[in-house]
Amino acid sequence: MAGHSAQLDAKTLWGGKESPFQTSYGKLMMWFFLVSDALTFSGLLIAYGFTRHDSQDAWPIGEETFNSMPFLGHGYPLLYVALMTFILIVSSVTMVLAVEAGHRMDRKGVTKWMIATVIGGFFFLGSQAWEWSHFIHGSEFGKIELNDGSVAIVKGHFGEINSFTVIEAGKKHKTGAVIKEDLMHQFQHAAELGHLEAGKIHLADGSVAKINKAADHEMKLIIKKDGKLHKVGGKEITGKQAEKLYYEALYSGDKHRVIYGANMKQNEYGPQQYAQFFFFITGFHGFHVFSGVIINILILLGVLSGTYHKRGHYEMVEKTGLYWHFVDLVWVFVFTFFYLL
Amino acid sequence: MERDDLIEYSLHGHHDDAKGKEIRSKIYKVTILLTLVTIIEVFIGASIKQSSDWWSAVKITFILLTLLKAGYIVMVFMHLGDERPYLRNVILIPYFIFVAYLIFIALVEGTAVGSVWETMWQ
Repeated sequence: MAGHSAQLDAKTLWGGKESPFQTSYGKLMMWFFLVSDALTFSGLLIAYGFTRHDSQDAWPIGEETFNSMPFLGHGYPLLYVALMTFILIVSSVTMVLAVEAGHRMDRKGVTKWMIATVIGGFFFLGSQAWEWSHFIHGSEFGKIELNDGSVAIVKGHFGEINSFTVIEAGKKHKTGAVIKEDLMHQFQHAAELGHLEAGKIHLADGSVAKINKAADHEMKLIIKKDGKLHKVGGKEITGKQAEKLYYEALYSGDKHRVIYGANMKQNEYGPQQYAQFFFFITGFHGFHVFSGVIINILILLGVLSGTYHKRGHYEMVEKTGLYWHFVDLVWVFVFTFFYLL
Repeated sequence: MERDDLIEYSLHGHHDDAKGKEIRSKIYKVTILLTLVTIIEVFIGASIKQSSDWWSAVKITFILLTLLKAGYIVMVFMHLGDERPYLRNVILIPYFIFVAYLIFIALVEGTAVGSVWETMWQ
């Protein structure tokens, strides 16, 4: 904070011998690096904007795509990302408190706040891992192509699958056997391949089983692509009608009628580029958070061993602090442009 | 050989306990502000649908609130507000020139490419 130094007139500042910026080499270079990194992130987010502007298909809506909470299930629009934002802001605050303690040569204070910052960083990384896992695995209903050719995403509570009762024996399962393991995975896999028919599933070993499934609740279809009957932004399809349309399509026996989650080829949320930008931008940001945590740990070790105290100043903490705040800054923009708009 | 013309700018940041208290109270105030803005954003995002007539106003509100948050992070947390104006300008002005240009050109081009696709499919 050069502001504390004496005010100098321009003639003295630019007259040589002194740095006109009144700041050390290391801090200046950190700022220049951050400007270039900020341009990289701007480029990525603007590329996202470009793609969104030239896209023909309905772009996913944040509060529909991200509405889950760990342990609580669905129906909490944007709350989880808000929590992630809050975690990152708090760890930015503990970082700035560490920097402030450093300016008072308070070694204990720096140690305490640096540890808090590292913990905050790990919390954020963990949250992002959950977020990615959830994004990749997708919802229980998936995105479905209805019989009229329209494509819809589905909201509501998926009734639990309790078991499969085998009615036609295959290579592995005998008639009458009750399967209780890995049900959801087998069900979704069969749905993608069109191996489902009116309440029955064709398992991988060639056997056919009856699906014992609880009823769905509060089902709602949101049309994302026009078909012959249903249009984007048309009348809301809910309850029994939604269930009828959904299961007609799911049990149609056709391949690729339903998509669960996201990968590099397809996703249930919207255009293909959407998931690719999601993976790249949040992944690149997450990598910054990860390297920030590692750097913070290294600096914390320096603080603990007394290196900076001997040096007479804690500017290394300030420099890593700049990087860490920058990571928070980028997330503020990712949060707005990816999740809110 | 020992040099006496090197200036230790790193020591300029040092301050006493009284000043530290003042800085900390500012940090806590900014924390509360950033949290409140995030809560407001999530509340608006969850309650107003994109199909609503208000959406374009909401969009502008989101962008303004984001810039407000970014401003506080850069100026207070990163201490850019306390640096010399020369340093502040060297960082901010080139960045804003490039990014403003890039936003303008990418969004205009994106819309143009989009309309070309649309006519091609018809």
